[in-house]
Amino acid sequence: MTLFNSKNDSDLSLLDETLERYGDVPENLITVLQSAQEIYGYLPTDVIIRISQRMGVPITKIVGVATFYSQFRLTPIGKYLIMLCKGTACHVNGADGIYDAISSHLGINDNETTEDGLFTIKCVACLGCCSLSPVMMINDDTYGSLTPEKAINILDSISQKEGNA
Amino acid sequence: MKVVVGQGSCGIAAGAGKAFDILENKLNKNHELTFTGCIGMCYLEPIVDVYNNDELHRFVKVSGEIAEKIAEAVNNNDFSISAEYEIADDDKAFLSSQTRIALRHCGLINPEKIEDYIADNGYEAIKKCVTQMTPEEVIEIIKISGLAGRGGAGFPTWFKWNAARNSESEDKYLICNADEGDPGAFMDRAVIESDPHTLLEGMLIGAYAIGAKEAIVYVRAEYPLAVKRLKKAIKQAREAGFIGKNIFGTDFSCDFTIKAGAGAFVCGEETALIESLEGSRGMPRLKPPFPAQSGFLRKPSNINNVETFANVAWIINNGGEKFAAMGTETSKGTKVFALTGKVNKGGLVEIPMGKTLRDVIFGIGGGIRDGKEFKAVQMGGPSGGCIPAHLLDTVIDYKALSATGAIMGSGGMVVMDESTCMVGMAKFFLDFTAKESCGKCTHCRIGTKRMLEILTRITEGEGKPEDISLLEELCYSIKDGALCGLGQTAPNPVLTTLKYFRDEYTDHIENKHCTAHECSKLVKYKINADACRGCTACAGKCPTDAITGEVKKAHLIDRDKCIGCGTCMATCRFGAVEVE
Repeated sequence: MTLFNSKNDSDLSLLDETLERYGDVPENLITVLQSAQEIYGYLPTDVIIRISQRMGVPITKIVGVATFYSQFRLTPIGKYLIMLCKGTACHVNGADGIYDAISSHLGINDNETTEDGLFTIKCVACLGCCSLSPVMMINDDTYGSLTPEKAINILDSISQKEGNA
Repeated sequence: MKVVVGQGSCGIAAGAGKAFDILENKLNKNHELTFTGCIGMCYLEPIVDVYNNDELHRFVKVSGEIAEKIAEAVNNNDFSISAEYEIADDDKAFLSSQTRIALRHCGLINPEKIEDYIADNGYEAIKKCVTQMTPEEVIEIIKISGLAGRGGAGFPTWFKWNAARNSESEDKYLICNADEGDPGAFMDRAVIESDPHTLLEGMLIGAYAIGAKEAIVYVRAEYPLAVKRLKKAIKQAREAGFIGKNIFGTDFSCDFTIKAGAGAFVCGEETALIESLEGSRGMPRLKPPFPAQSGFLRKPSNINNVETFANVAWIINNGGEKFAAMGTETSKGTKVFALTGKVNKGGLVEIPMGKTLRDVIFGIGGGIRDGKEFKAVQMGGPSGGCIPAHLLDTVIDYKALSATGAIMGSGGMVVMDESTCMVGMAKFFLDFTAKESCGKCTHCRIGTKRMLEILTRITEGEGKPEDISLLEELCYSIKDGALCGLGQTAPNPVLTTLKYFRDEYTDHIENKHCTAHECSKLVKYKINADACRGCTACAGKCPTDAITGEVKKAHLIDRDKCIGCGTCMATCRFGAVEVE
């Protein structure tokens, strides 16, 4: 994973409303970054520079904050973000086996994106659906009581839908 | 009739949305269809409750097909149609053997309707506080109740409130820690999703007690439904005049903001949380000064956990003595646990302090799944430890649990059976704390990494005889050298497993053997050619296509491709897959 991107053609006007609302108070930095990530899918370099100029917060501090919290991404992600829960209950119920299966099926590791840009795997600490463990979320949908086989079937059906099967 | 669908995150993930849509389509319009938050019986989700006057029909594991049957039964007022889908008597005990205070409305009211909350004495406690009581009197009731911080540390709530009250400042902040970062715990999510007004009322009372005009909820970004319901609740409460200026016509004013956390376990530590609220990396500050003197924006601040606040309105309404009547000498009231893992009945459990672990796991939780043996219960997440079978009669009490080496924690209770490797469990938690260490203190930043390396090599069959003493040395130096709770408690999972399951460590190191057959590098699967019928089932399920063979002939496992996941063993109906 590269630490930084060199994007310089983001549509910065999309950020105006957020900066208008929160930009005056430096304490709102995390809120602004969350909103920016919602807009762009990740934190492009030119967006970080824009936030820095508007809020008067040094770029180094913004990158420091963005790399500290697991929510923020400095590189684009695939169309489908697989959040694989590795919480305690999921661990006890076999989350490692699910990870091994989807990782070798897609040929990518944690925090990587498939070449076709379809899937990104991200292992997360806990999705709070412990009674359905092991669990993964793909974009907004939660899939519970997984087995390696079931997890791969879910991925295959998405690939098929996208015409890449 | 009133039809209620349980729609907490778990219920929705299990398919409650689909059941709701079907009921919406099929139910005659004279029936009321609504939803509630988490009922707490996660293992039976999705759940649909039908209230026929005072009679409750509770349906469990409601698939689309069952939802149609329920609609038919309700429309015809004939519950014989759907009788087979109703909850079994045995499962009813899961709720009936609990004492619910923090969860008192969970699964009963619609979390998105303030009217439902008001109908059950809602906002009466804050009204009583601001119109009839001084802040000191409020703090006195909390003191009598013995309420202690439910986030895990168990610090007396009144003491923190009193310290913040006594700090002179025009601006003070009342903060709720809803950044439930402990993996394996979901109590706070359930409270916010199911009963957000209870949290708001508890916070208002806290704000009145300490003299804060601003309240902030710091909530995990991974809980989108909780954030949504909380926002809605704040809007409703503001419109109803419970939040804002001159509440109940008094001088007391308080407004709320929500701040979404961005995913950092260390932000559960109060000074790290404050750093995060200020838009910085969540790195703990030195104490003193304590937040009660200098917290958010260097102003006096008080931070409590969601469950702590969820008890407050009940205590004001019912009196501190009634709360203190429950529990033990040192731990009063009730505690909510998220019971998960290899237990038969997983869900939310609220019980008075003083019950035993056995009461929870074997009584309410119905024991271990698939008839296996109980091995240990993990309490307190990455800061806690594993409690073995011979200590199952330990009572739930801050002191008694700490004596085992674990902690009460925020309420995660993950049950393990014989198939869980305890070295693997310790490695799991160290992997977590090593990633989540903020990096400020050297012992924590580097020590957790070294411990993880040692645990990893032990689970991979590369352990050295001196590793155990090295681990112990690291444990104690990290405990001594770390500034905050994360580092000070990070060694606990290792210390408790070393204390109770030392044999497993030596077995891994000396015999390269994992008793639980969980460490994939130490487990080699093979197919017994005599027992294999060549049904191809295992080959079909193998996620890495490591199994080959012709139909009706014995199959073979390719060692190079095998990842040791054990799917073949679980799949084989003839017991032909064996561990070498």
